[in-house]
Amino acid sequence: MQPIFEVRNLKRAFGGLAVTNDVSLSMAPGDRVALIGPNGAGKTTFVNLVTGNLKPDSGEVRIGGEAVTGVDAIGRVRRGLVRSFQVTRLFADMTPAEHVALAVLQRSGRAGRLFGNFLGMPDVMAEVEELLGKLGLKELMHRKVSEIAYGQQRLLEIAVALALKPRVLLLDEPAAGVPQSDTGRIEQALADLPADLAVLMIEHDMDLVFRFAKRVVVLAAGAIIFDGSPSDVTKDPRVREAYLGSYANASHAA
Amino acid sequence: MTMTTTNDLIATAPARRRFGGGDLAGLAVILLVAVLGYFLFPNNLALLTRIIAAALLVLSLDLVTGYCGVATLGHAALFGAGAYAAGIASAHYGINDPLAMLAFGIVAGAVAGLICGFVILRAHGLPQLVLSIALIHLFHEFANKASSWTGGSDGLSGIAPTALLGLYEFDLWGRTAYVFGVALLAVVFVLLRLIVRSPFGMLCRGIKEDPVRVRSMGASPKIALTKMYVISGAVAGVGGALNAISTQVVGLDSLSFTMSAESLVMLVLGGTGSLFGALTGTVVFMFFEDVVSAANPFHWLTMVGALLIAVVLFAPKGIYGTAAAFVARRKEAQ
Ligand SMILES: Nc1ncnc2c1ncn2[C@@H]1O[C@H](COP(=O)(O)OP(=O)(O)O)[C@@H](O)[C@H]1O
Ligand SMILES: [Mg+2]
Repeated sequence: MQPIFEVRNLKRAFGGLAVTNDVSLSMAPGDRVALIGPNGAGKTTFVNLVTGNLKPDSGEVRIGGEAVTGVDAIGRVRRGLVRSFQVTRLFADMTPAEHVALAVLQRSGRAGRLFGNFLGMPDVMAEVEELLGKLGLKELMHRKVSEIAYGQQRLLEIAVALALKPRVLLLDEPAAGVPQSDTGRIEQALADLPADLAVLMIEHDMDLVFRFAKRVVVLAAGAIIFDGSPSDVTKDPRVREAYLGSYANASHAA
Repeated sequence: MTMTTTNDLIATAPARRRFGGGDLAGLAVILLVAVLGYFLFPNNLALLTRIIAAALLVLSLDLVTGYCGVATLGHAALFGAGAYAAGIASAHYGINDPLAMLAFGIVAGAVAGLICGFVILRAHGLPQLVLSIALIHLFHEFANKASSWTGGSDGLSGIAPTALLGLYEFDLWGRTAYVFGVALLAVVFVLLRLIVRSPFGMLCRGIKEDPVRVRSMGASPKIALTKMYVISGAVAGVGGALNAISTQVVGLDSLSFTMSAESLVMLVLGGTGSLFGALTGTVVFMFFEDVVSAANPFHWLTMVGALLIAVVLFAPKGIYGTAAAFVARRKEAQ
């Protein structure tokens, strides 16, 4: 199948340190890819480069066959490349309904309208209720985000991303910081993602990774050291070494 | 006062946000206060009209600062542009119909908003503040130098508005000007209520909290903020035109750093991010200034300073904001 998302030879260094070191990756519609790697491997940086939040030193990003390296972050979202954030970035004073409505309005070119209110727009409300209902947030839809639990905020991050109807979705540790009791809901949300959506998920919880992904990519020190099936990843000597190395460093530091 | 805050809270409570009720109540309060003012201070209508003009400036500032988080100490540029445009239309071009003068003020305010927005939105935080200060000084200096148009430091005179709608002369007591001002404020208030809760208003609140998040939703903060600056300029332009029409002079002070700073003080005093906060702050500040400066011309600034410090320390959300939060807590406790 023609790839919906392609990265070629992406490079970025911070002060001499190659944080993204010649990374190439491609995804087809419907792909479920997990991007794993030790802390500091450059996973978030990779997402930032791909979405246009950071500028690469070299390399190319393509969405649906179109090179978007010169397109800014806004333009990439409009071409269907949507991300969520590792640390929740929501509008504390706004409600879940407002978050999703804003995304829906933006997607449909109505976010600049100077009159009306989304509560009075049946098509927007229908979508808001459906999405928040799916993620179990409907009861809270008119609460301020600052008043809802962190796990629910993580779900709302996903809801906002989905409301933009992406073609490629990049989820940066969607379950990070969520209490064990609430991860089920997130896992369910991941299982319910649209079938033709290409999803790249960064995640540390290996159980979640194995249940979700059909393909695992391992990043270590900015480079891809493994790209294959979940069943092979734990057997790969380089992956073991990378993780052992990071554990050794961690215990050394501690 | 209690009634105002309650109504405003109901109007902004997300679950119950509806058209009509809250807006009408807010409008009713404005008109009620306006009528009261008319009968309580029949000999001081000029002051009340000045308060309305200032309120329009502070509302305009609230749009960019309170709702969008833009830091500016140069907002009088938009007001002054409106005032000079309305004044010049009359004094130099014989366009004396007050509504036509108003139109000039609105357009000039909007254009000034576009220019200021273009410059100020290039930076954030302190650099943004510095740019705004630089801008107001440039506007001021420009008006000062273009004295054949603006009258320079002598002020622009020769403004002679004809009867409003061909019926109501601008009388010596300032009745027509006052009623005109109240009508303008009422219209602006209703329009701003609509805008503030529209999709665009929601987008701006998002930008204020996290522009990066808004970008990753595919929306451009810069375009939205520029648009808000133009709207803000139109509102300030209404205030400036009202000032030119009612006082029939325009001075450099309407384009000054002092006026910009004072409008920010009024906004903070009342509470940012709420239309009623902007109105409350203006009324309190201007009244306080008038009453205290009459009572004690030497120490009134000290007292204004003390009031401001008291509000910032003890009611950081501003007078209106704090009162509204208090009422909300009481309601929740019940
Ligand atoms: N803006 C930046 N400036 C300098 N160094 C950075 C910057 N962003 C990330 N880094 C460094 O890049 C490395 C990878 O970070 P990151 O992409 O966040 O890793 P991961 O998400 O895999 O944990 C880290 O060593 C981090 O310190
Ligand atoms: Mg990370």
